[in-house]
Amino acid sequence: MLDDFLNQFLPSTVGGLVFGSIYALIALGYTMVYGVLRLINFAHSEIFMIGTFTSLVVITAIAPASPLTGFALFGVMLLIIVASAAISGGAAMLLEVVAYRPLRRKGATRLTALISAIGASLFLQELFALVIIPWLTGNAGRNQQSAPRIVDRDTVFTIGNAAVRTDHIIVVVAAVIMMIALDRLVNKTKIGRGIRATAQDPEAAVLMGVSIDNIVRVTFLLGGAMAGVAGALYLMEFENTVFNVGFVLGIKAFTAAVLGGIGNLRGALLGGIVLGLIENWGAIFLGSEWKDVIAFTVLVIVLMFRPTGILGESLQKARA
Amino acid sequence: MGDLTGENAAIVIPPRNGAVMAVNEYNAKNPKVKIELVQYDSQGKADQATSLITKAITQDKIVALIGPAFSGESKAIGGQLEEGKIPSVSPSATNPGLAQNGWTYWHRVVANDADQGPGIAEFLVKAKSPKKAFVLSDDQEYSVGLADAVAKSFKDSNVAVETDKFSKDASDYSSTVTKVAASNPDVIVFGGYYAQAGRLLKQLRDGGVKATFASGDGSLDQQLVTGAGTAAAEGAVLACPCNIPTPDVTGALKTFFENYKKSANVDPAIYATEGYDAATSFIKAVEAGNTTGEKINEFLKTVSFEGVSKPLKFKANGEPENNAIFIYQVVDGKVKLLGPAEEAKLEG
Repeated sequence: MLDDFLNQFLPSTVGGLVFGSIYALIALGYTMVYGVLRLINFAHSEIFMIGTFTSLVVITAIAPASPLTGFALFGVMLLIIVASAAISGGAAMLLEVVAYRPLRRKGATRLTALISAIGASLFLQELFALVIIPWLTGNAGRNQQSAPRIVDRDTVFTIGNAAVRTDHIIVVVAAVIMMIALDRLVNKTKIGRGIRATAQDPEAAVLMGVSIDNIVRVTFLLGGAMAGVAGALYLMEFENTVFNVGFVLGIKAFTAAVLGGIGNLRGALLGGIVLGLIENWGAIFLGSEWKDVIAFTVLVIVLMFRPTGILGESLQKARA
Repeated sequence: MGDLTGENAAIVIPPRNGAVMAVNEYNAKNPKVKIELVQYDSQGKADQATSLITKAITQDKIVALIGPAFSGESKAIGGQLEEGKIPSVSPSATNPGLAQNGWTYWHRVVANDADQGPGIAEFLVKAKSPKKAFVLSDDQEYSVGLADAVAKSFKDSNVAVETDKFSKDASDYSSTVTKVAASNPDVIVFGGYYAQAGRLLKQLRDGGVKATFASGDGSLDQQLVTGAGTAAAEGAVLACPCNIPTPDVTGALKTFFENYKKSANVDPAIYATEGYDAATSFIKAVEAGNTTGEKINEFLKTVSFEGVSKPLKFKANGEPENNAIFIYQVVDGKVKLLGPAEEAKLEG
């Protein structure tokens, strides 16, 4: 048992960090929308799915004959990240206009918006499975779709017995850059101040001249763009996607957001990484089939002692 | 009934085509009693199969069922079929437990995992003489059944076995890859379907694991190669109780190959022959003048004919008498039939 742990600890840590980064990027969207609207946007997992398919289409169109290196790799990575962020961000804004804004205008309860979110999630999955994926790829819509390889799995360096590969580094570095950029944006810019003000007290924000509709739109755009980046990184790393790829990932990312403290950007980052690591470490002892059980057990235990998550109350409130 | 549009539809569409072809051939002969084939898309899910079979029995008044394709859904609706007195013949459900429910209306064409598992293990022991094997599966009924059978058979042959499982919806297998890499086995066997097998195989090879990868009938599909990538899939060994005809076959299989190609516009794939045979067993029953579920079921007890896949005859518990296993391998990015397990030789 101890032997297993020593042999597997470092490789599991690398795997956990990589997948945790993807959790964290998706978690940002849940946490931002929750912070501003007190809404759990269940369709966010489909925004991530749209990001994976955007990258799939771009990579398939470029169709590199062999994995890329150097400048070409950087260019293609940037291209799929920007494309996925743009399409996913746009889709998230559209989702807000179609599924949530009419309800908000009519003063519907939060529960109504929640049901609308679940409906939108199922609608988007089926729309992709039945119409968009067959149209984009020419394959059966519920099949797993594969993309060609763009990053070689070269080992860059090793820590103990853990090999750290090029693709691992790209995922983690890209995720960290995106998260720092978002954190700066929310904490240092005027639009960020608007987001924080709305999160803190929407009515007072309106009185101070903040346009709630604009802020909500920007929030969905930013959250969606982060999910798009996550989609691009996911596709680069795993090279396949399917219409319901977001379902389990979405639940896990939402868990990560709650674990870190919902409404709290840095909490989402921390929650994602912690969740990825705990899943992989737990799997060493109990087997990979226990990953989900371990993750949710940890969530329950953390919430018992810190009901608002690891980092607690939303940053927006604490630092506004 | 089966997964006609879902994630693993590629295993279910060929037997569906085979069954459609058999029924069309029969109806074209202008018999006294025509057969109408109704298709139910369960997406391989037990809950959908349960409501579909209720509709099939009460509204559509079916007298016999070809399917369900997978083991999970078969288990879920077996009781309803007994109550409704509807005989079923599954072309592809392979969980051993299905035959042990005391069901009298249930049958299958393929050999079960209890036959398939040892078939794979014994073949690998013979071909690779491994000292250590790693047996993996996801958490689906079929996958666990196959993996358990393989692991037990390895142990009986004195091969050390380690195991791991993961959720079928997981996309990151890094913890599993870490375990396999740390254990450094000679062979890896995966129980499960091609969607998961493709993802797993890719991540194993990316993680530097080079051991021979083998899997069962659920992964026997060209999409395994698409999912894993040509380089990662090369050399993978696949076993199946099914007999998939290729263009160079002769005799009855050749006729089947050509007719199937005409009717479905593609080459026959996994379980196409078994789907055809499942439909044929019902057609024989109808030809003998049996048109109610009970009478067809009585007839199935005595039916014995030279099927396209193999000679077909059912035991009292619904299992087929003949349980041959065939070995395939991915060679140059294509799945290639090597022959029955007793004779097959691996390439490379």
